[in-house]
Amino acid sequence: MPEAAIVAARFDVERGTRASRVAAGLGLLLLVAAVAMPWWGERAGQRLLTEFLYTLALAQMWNLLAGYGGLLSVGQQAFVGLGGYSLVAFGLHAGIDTFLVVPLAGLVAGLVAVPTAAVVFRLRGAYFAVGTWAVAEVFRLLIANSVSLGGGSGLSVTQTVRGMPIWWRESLTLWCAAALGVGATLGVYWLLRSRHGLALTAVRDSEAAAASLGVSVRRIKWCVYIAAAVGCGMAGALIFITKLRISPDAAFSLDWTVVMFFVVVIGGIGTVEGPIVGTLVYFALREVLSDYGSRYLIALGVVAVLFMLWMPRGLWGFVAARCELRFFPVQRRLKLATETQP
Amino acid sequence: MHAWLDTLLQGLMTGGLYALFATGLALSFGVMRMINIAHGDFAILAAFLAVAVAAALELNPFAAMLLVVPAMAALGYGLQRLVLNRTLGKDILPPLLVTFGCAIVIQNLLLEVFSADTRSLDAGSLGTDSLALGGGLAVGVLPLLIMGSAVAVLAALQWLFARSAVGRAFRAASDDAETAQLMGIDNKHVYGLAMAIAMAVVAVAGIYLAIRANVSPTEGPARLIYAFEAVIIGGLGSLWGTLAGGIVLGMAQAIGLRFDPGWGILAGHLAFLAVLVLRPNGLFPRTRDA
Repeated sequence: MPEAAIVAARFDVERGTRASRVAAGLGLLLLVAAVAMPWWGERAGQRLLTEFLYTLALAQMWNLLAGYGGLLSVGQQAFVGLGGYSLVAFGLHAGIDTFLVVPLAGLVAGLVAVPTAAVVFRLRGAYFAVGTWAVAEVFRLLIANSVSLGGGSGLSVTQTVRGMPIWWRESLTLWCAAALGVGATLGVYWLLRSRHGLALTAVRDSEAAAASLGVSVRRIKWCVYIAAAVGCGMAGALIFITKLRISPDAAFSLDWTVVMFFVVVIGGIGTVEGPIVGTLVYFALREVLSDYGSRYLIALGVVAVLFMLWMPRGLWGFVAARCELRFFPVQRRLKLATETQP
Repeated sequence: MHAWLDTLLQGLMTGGLYALFATGLALSFGVMRMINIAHGDFAILAAFLAVAVAAALELNPFAAMLLVVPAMAALGYGLQRLVLNRTLGKDILPPLLVTFGCAIVIQNLLLEVFSADTRSLDAGSLGTDSLALGGGLAVGVLPLLIMGSAVAVLAALQWLFARSAVGRAFRAASDDAETAQLMGIDNKHVYGLAMAIAMAVVAVAGIYLAIRANVSPTEGPARLIYAFEAVIIGGLGSLWGTLAGGIVLGMAQAIGLRFDPGWGILAGHLAFLAVLVLRPNGLFPRTRDA
């Protein structure tokens, strides 16, 4: 078909931006610096970076769920907690190497998410939110009632890292956190650029329209839910490797979801950059306000409400709408050859 | 046998309190199509306000209730008009996230002002009196009063929805907000009124809770979950269903508690999940669009 050849010659689908190429280079440099931190950084900074990276992983998972999948879960602490308790079951009781437990915890969370999804997917929208929360409470109470997992008062998991030099332990923790944080970000980015990402954004914008174009809304939501469970499970195991003590109340605390919610809402829900910006803001606020105890949480809550009311697309949404700046471009732009540059 | 009857009776009575918690949630979903994640926290806020008012003015809990309930209703109206109405729309995320933020603020505000200690309201002998039902069974006067209040509140709401102009406006705004507006109904005001009623009822529930037991500032989320479970078990959109749901939940918890002290709340959650799997529309469904 000669016409097709002519058309193909005259346009181009652009998927990257100059910002995205700069960001990729910059990001790589930052990643190298982060991974090398055990050789140049001090221990306190390294711990903070570890926390930053696993918080980013959690936030990306919640963003995938709520921002793209339209699945507002208030119960992601279920999977953080299951990840943490995988550490007890596999690391402490079965004696599996601590850092091998991290992927294993993801597997456990993913497997548990399958029957969980079957139940909570009977609920929609707001009811889904509270339903996931009730499920997280069920897990918390089941574990609080099982003596072998430490019961209600919890137990120490220090045994799992005994004999490991502290330098190695902290370095491996950092690298795991880097793998999770960067992996979650790139994973979401890759997913959104793929065919499934197109379907997912269509579902986000209009479920009915997406379904009419042949997207299996239910299946794609299911996949997102399972993926987020795996991510939160791995992060959960890592979190309790850093804390070395676990209890049902700490592992299944609503606070995990509160942090994810705060980070994503401030940063910009439904963007890949949003959780990164949000995590940075969250850590900055925490450093500034940490002396104020519960007043700091009041401030977080108020800030989140104000954002939802006046800047519902978050900081990144605000910036991106004004500057056409996209570090992680997911859209396809048509560039016509005859078009003059503005 | 006797012990079991007693267990079921206590569960039944707890159901009255759960129904009071659930009614406001069902109402705000029914009219505004939104869930207030801070619902439980508002109940606890009302309880602590009543504790503070009763202590400051040396009032008995029921007099404090007369002061706190209108205040909470006014707060509900203001919250809906100034904040929540701005978030309503096709997207369900904003109202959920805003009320989630409110929940965090209320919990920590209570922790800041009242510390983490538990509080309760002393209703004198009313809190401990009981009525003998014969056969060795007895029921507390207070639980009976709570159950009576729940039935009265539900009957009043039923009348409101079926017979009054406000109720007609509620139903119209719920069925089709735009058409209701064309017919001269001020949706924003209607939503404010619905939230005021929801908040008044949940304030009553919170104050009863503080008379029955100790309450702590961080208890709100648990109360929200019970309320939500009662609504789902009863069936969305059904007023009397919330009472049935509350009773099922209360009985499940009482039965679980008899087996093991750690299983009470768990048994309630499991009953909820069982209903969800077996009868996802609840026991007495009315609406089908949620």
